[in-house]
Amino acid sequence: MKDMHQIRLRVNGREHELTVEARRTLADMLRHDLGYTGTHLGCEHGICGACTVLVDGSPVRSCLLFGVQADGTEVSTVEGLAAGDELSDLQRAFSDHHALQCGFCTPGFLMLAEAYLTERASVDDLTEAEARELVASNLCRCTGYQGIVEALLATARSRHRAGGP
Amino acid sequence: MTRPAGQAHGHGTGPALADGRRPGQGEREERRGRWVGAAMARKEDPRMLRGTGRFVGDLARTGMLHAAFVRSPFAAAGVSAIGTSAALRAPGVAAAFTAADLGRPYLLATLERDEFVPTQMPLLAGDQVRFAGEPVALVLADDAYQAEDAAELVEVDWAQLPAVTGLAAACDAAARLVHPGLAGNCLVDLLMFDDERLGEIFAGAPLVVDGEFTSARVAALPLEGRACLAEWDDRDGQLVLHVSTQIPHQVRSAVAQALQLPERAVRVIAPDVGGGFGLKCVVGREEVVVAAAALRLRRPVRWIEDRQENLAASFHGHEQRYRVRAAFDSRGRFLALDADIECDVGAYSAYPFTCAVEPLMAASELPGVYKVPAYRARGRAIATNKAPTAPYRGVSRPQLVLVMERLMEKAARALRADPLELRRLNMIGPGEFPYTGVNGITYDEGSYRESLDLTERRVAEGGWPAERDGLRAAGLLAGIGYACFSERTGYGTPTMSQRRMRMTPGYDTAQVRMDPTGEVIITTGTCGHGQGHETTFAQIVADRLGVHPDQVRLRQGDTDLVAYGWGTFASRSMVIGGGAAARAADAVADQLRQVAGCLLEASADDVELREGSARIRGDSRAALPISEVARVVYFQTHTLPEALRYGLEARASFDPPGTFSNACHAALVAIDPGTGAIRLHRYLVVEDCGVVINPLIVDGQVRGGVAQGVAAALLERIRYDGEGQPVSTTLMDYLPPTAAEMCPVDIVHLQTPSRFSGTGAKGMGEGGTIGAPAAVLNAVNDALAGLTAGFDHIPVLPEDVSAALAGEGAS
Repeated sequence: MKDMHQIRLRVNGREHELTVEARRTLADMLRHDLGYTGTHLGCEHGICGACTVLVDGSPVRSCLLFGVQADGTEVSTVEGLAAGDELSDLQRAFSDHHALQCGFCTPGFLMLAEAYLTERASVDDLTEAEARELVASNLCRCTGYQGIVEALLATARSRHRAGGP
Repeated sequence: MTRPAGQAHGHGTGPALADGRRPGQGEREERRGRWVGAAMARKEDPRMLRGTGRFVGDLARTGMLHAAFVRSPFAAAGVSAIGTSAALRAPGVAAAFTAADLGRPYLLATLERDEFVPTQMPLLAGDQVRFAGEPVALVLADDAYQAEDAAELVEVDWAQLPAVTGLAAACDAAARLVHPGLAGNCLVDLLMFDDERLGEIFAGAPLVVDGEFTSARVAALPLEGRACLAEWDDRDGQLVLHVSTQIPHQVRSAVAQALQLPERAVRVIAPDVGGGFGLKCVVGREEVVVAAAALRLRRPVRWIEDRQENLAASFHGHEQRYRVRAAFDSRGRFLALDADIECDVGAYSAYPFTCAVEPLMAASELPGVYKVPAYRARGRAIATNKAPTAPYRGVSRPQLVLVMERLMEKAARALRADPLELRRLNMIGPGEFPYTGVNGITYDEGSYRESLDLTERRVAEGGWPAERDGLRAAGLLAGIGYACFSERTGYGTPTMSQRRMRMTPGYDTAQVRMDPTGEVIITTGTCGHGQGHETTFAQIVADRLGVHPDQVRLRQGDTDLVAYGWGTFASRSMVIGGGAAARAADAVADQLRQVAGCLLEASADDVELREGSARIRGDSRAALPISEVARVVYFQTHTLPEALRYGLEARASFDPPGTFSNACHAALVAIDPGTGAIRLHRYLVVEDCGVVINPLIVDGQVRGGVAQGVAAALLERIRYDGEGQPVSTTLMDYLPPTAAEMCPVDIVHLQTPSRFSGTGAKGMGEGGTIGAPAAVLNAVNDALAGLTAGFDHIPVLPEDVSAALAGEGAS
């Protein structure tokens, strides 16, 4: 017998109500039950960070959480970053700085960076070393990370100039 | 979308390249066209950034079954019985298959060489398993969780056998044979070159340097593991596979051969692929098993490899040992080189390249950028009870460059010479191209000397020596290392045929078609998976057709698009696929010019295609939008002469002999003598890949490649215990670099156009990985100079450094 639970959550502002097996990971639930396939699974043991999403604004490894644990929360995924056809400043910076190649790890880095930039009140003084430390949370096998670090720094500076996030 | 022209050479991408334009010396050409050479942002990016890319795991079908494999817990064992009844009773399970159930299908990769022993790789192991993780059964269920649960219920009667876990054990006369009748566990033994003068030369040489150089087994580790969705399409009579692969047509051939289907009855589609690095340029048996199951059940079946399977049971690379001696004259010029190369290739030969790919590459290309008058090389592939190997990025060249660059350092030390001067003395010089080496390879024009000179100058001007001294003053050990190399790229059947594969890769085919609205579709048999081909192919074709790259779309990764293609590996796609696309585009451009000439009442020779218009040269008023020309061809075709009617399209193939890229790398490392930790401080690449199509993308390939090479030098190692159990099966045990282990990589481009590529471009997908291990190892040894004997193995780990510094002689 599957141990099923009924839960409600919001994903990118949209309300969802579903019945989910207790052992189903948040990542599998988002991807396969709700169709948010932009969240990718790279290791399923919490190291690579490709599956990073925001739960109530905080970055989490969605492979390490169960779907039922997201009951009553607000989840943000990569699909929620752009405003319609308009990419966000962070997304544009990733493209400008060639911060992605195969694109598989990219959603995780975007969500990680978005949470950081949103949470940190002032990012004008973000140093290369700090950016590198944050980017070291996740794994990318294609880029060597330089473009990701540069995209994060560029977005931090432009948001500061624009008067905060 | 496009950067200002002043930055078009790709030096506008960040602080690391803040010096902007490069110095003139050695630099051959700037931007080649309106679009070729432009640092265009990639056309692939928006969908990846939105999360709307389409990877195999994102695809689902109604009624789809999920596959889980039952894998061997032993490195070597007999299998007497497999019981699936308990698994079949488990919730949600639809079917289970063993080798016997499927009729014992297999893959066979073959070289047509007497020295090669062909061995079958069964899709599922039958009565014997040969490495821990080898699949013996497949369970299919309604969801992936149920499939994994049920796979644990499959009962297998194992009879564990002693495992052969390394080169020494495998070559021992008493060793158990990994395959029956495989003498000495040797899958291939090639004496590629020999020279009867060798004994005499070594006996009389003023200096002989020898050494044993080893590199650990590593994993390619794409962030997306392998994946396959197979389904039978009754309408088309086709088994349709979506596979995360670099080589769709070879997967098609393998499935057709293993399941005894005509090739037209199999269609393989590579959707977005989350990295490959060589792991996905071989055919995984799991992909074929999943196809067999879908064919049997007439239901869609999906398999997504998990990371543990990927690390333990897919394909590895790079486990090699080189025993080398080199003779030099008193000035330090090479007199002779003698190499015995052994590759621990694991239990099976991977399809289609075979396990010979590593020893063949190593033995044929070892001399590299240096002039070696006499040469002997023996290359062997040795079977062990470990996961099989695939041609991981660089394929033996990271190792052979490491060997040559260590030899240069050792010889220089023995002669008390400047190691860079010794390199110059031996290097193929600027006036010597094309140069045919002792290995029979002809090296086309490159900038070997210029790249070394420029690297040395940049290191000095960039203040590296002062930084090194500062690190030393702070109590660290610090050193600078160099590596010079070239890499053969974009080689078609003229070169590939020397390997004597039964399936000889190399050519590729492209079609260029313009639609009635003037938009362009390119189809190709290459299969990009992160290299930005949708962008670079569009740049090449846009220049030739006078349209904007936004109007050019690349379609790839579908065996129904192209009669046959060879996918993306071995730095081939821009040279071969791009060359084919350029040829096809030229033919379409001719068609456009002829139709425009007809409509403008001018000679086609006077028509030029620029910025969306067909214009008469020298007459600014006589012009037509290209879209109008296309409209007439399709919708008013009766108004045109017969030869110009019915469409704007052309197909072209390209099959070049190959062309050599080259580079010089420099690394500055610091070592904490207390912990042995090695930290990368500076990294410089001066590289020449001919005409740069898109500098943003070239720089990205270089940086990503360097990260993988640095990782091979300092971090990554797949370990097995004495019984053949894989120990590095999670990302807590296997350590790819994070951003914290990397430093910015500065890049300088030289451009020596290739005569062999049509576009002037040379391949460059692997160079970063090829040069980095040698540069980093030389830097580590420079830091430790006088304290240790020097390391000749990779990776060099903190414990190696600590042991060496403690006088335990880990080297």
